[in-house]
Amino acid sequence: MRLSMDLELQDVPGQLLLALQPLKENKANIISVVHHRDRKTPRGTIPVRLVVETDRSKLDTIKNQLKNSGISVVRAGEDRFIEAVSVVLVGHVLDSDLGDTVSRIDSTGFAEVMDLALTMPGVNEPSSAYLKIRATGKTEIQKALGILREVGREKKLLVIEPIEAEAV
Amino acid sequence: MRDVKVSLVGYGVVGHGVVDVLNRKKKMLREMGLSLKLISVSDHTGTVFAEDGINAEKILGERTLQNVATCSMKGKEAVSAIDSDLVIEVTPTNIVHGQPGLGHMEAALSSGKHVVTSNKGPLVVSYGRLKKLAEDNGVMLKFEATVGGTMPLISLVERTLGGNTIYGIRGIFNGTCNYILTRMAEEGIPYTHALSEAQDLGMAEADPSYDVEGVDTAGKVVILANALFDMNIKYSDVDVIGITGVTPEALALARKRGYVIKLIGDVPALTVRPMLVPVDSPLAVAGTLNSAAIYTDLSGTITVTGLGAGSIETASAILTDIISIYRTKRIDAIF
Repeated sequence: MRLSMDLELQDVPGQLLLALQPLKENKANIISVVHHRDRKTPRGTIPVRLVVETDRSKLDTIKNQLKNSGISVVRAGEDRFIEAVSVVLVGHVLDSDLGDTVSRIDSTGFAEVMDLALTMPGVNEPSSAYLKIRATGKTEIQKALGILREVGREKKLLVIEPIEAEAV
Repeated sequence: MRDVKVSLVGYGVVGHGVVDVLNRKKKMLREMGLSLKLISVSDHTGTVFAEDGINAEKILGERTLQNVATCSMKGKEAVSAIDSDLVIEVTPTNIVHGQPGLGHMEAALSSGKHVVTSNKGPLVVSYGRLKKLAEDNGVMLKFEATVGGTMPLISLVERTLGGNTIYGIRGIFNGTCNYILTRMAEEGIPYTHALSEAQDLGMAEADPSYDVEGVDTAGKVVILANALFDMNIKYSDVDVIGITGVTPEALALARKRGYVIKLIGDVPALTVRPMLVPVDSPLAVAGTLNSAAIYTDLSGTITVTGLGAGSIETASAILTDIISIYRTKRIDAIF
């Protein structure tokens, strides 16, 4: 599972190495380390964002070890939404209960609508909506698109999906 | 020099283009070792026949063969009766029953004549049967012009990409739809307005449903699926949504996020539907252009683009097929 962590380090030499030690000990695979040396917090500490691949069960151990080393853990958790997709809907988007359309995606737990733009040219004319959906992975994106397709059939909306960059 | 007697069936826009191109390229073909002699041209009014080759200038000015026909034979009868090596079939397409082209092709293949065509209907209706008929009679059936017009696709996959496994093909296979969507996006005009513009320019038929409802694109999907993916499918196996529901507002919303909307045919997914295509994708061609992305195992993704229709352009694809028939023969003869 992919986790992201926001840490704050003291501005003294060797702190970053100290912060990475617990990850090494728990065999967490580091995906990225962003060290903002020039963006100090009001407290004078240096913010660091880590993305690691590890078991969720090890998260507490890692957190404790970091704290014991004097490193403050601001936030640690699953980096949930790592994939996003754009979709355009055409039809009576609003009248067919847009709230319901959005909640059908949001209620999955693995995907959510993060951006929505609506154009309504006239009362009886079809409106067009742009939706950006994010999800926990590629498979979940496909599942969310599947739900939208179903909603489209049900509510007679034209669902315009993005073309895949690669053959599926 | 290889002498080839050619019969042309169908004398519409494409038929005229074929006569013109064969005439223009005579010298070049001779240099290749190919002497193509157009000995007959037939349409619904009759047939012009000349054993030692038809004079192209004499018939190019005629819209139909009514005033220049030398005999009253038509269609299947002419195909069977005239002793040619190769038949070019370019009659109007019908993807429900495939006629009259289907009958012409069957008659030609079963009497041992190669067939080169731009006519989708017969291939959509009974590709498997026609292919078997060609094999049984030791002749070839070539149809590059049916998909993407002059844009090389079938021969590109079959020959040039021969060693690759093809995962899929997606693309824009209808120039009329692409023109309408391009105009709607550029000018923010509604669908009906862009359609009437296309009709005024002679790009769309009075009954545009064949293009805009995605029927034409779906026919091409069937041909690609059967010919390149051995899928043995029918028209009804394709899930089709046309472009009539696309609004200028949808195009504007997409554009703002870096997308254009295009009618995309997909094999082997067997779908035809409007899709968001990134503006910077090589597939996102404008105007009447067609494009296709071929997804392969060894070569990655290959994208081709070109004119999907037009008299001379379609004739060019037909000419390529004719040349390839005789080139293949020559290679076979070497080994």
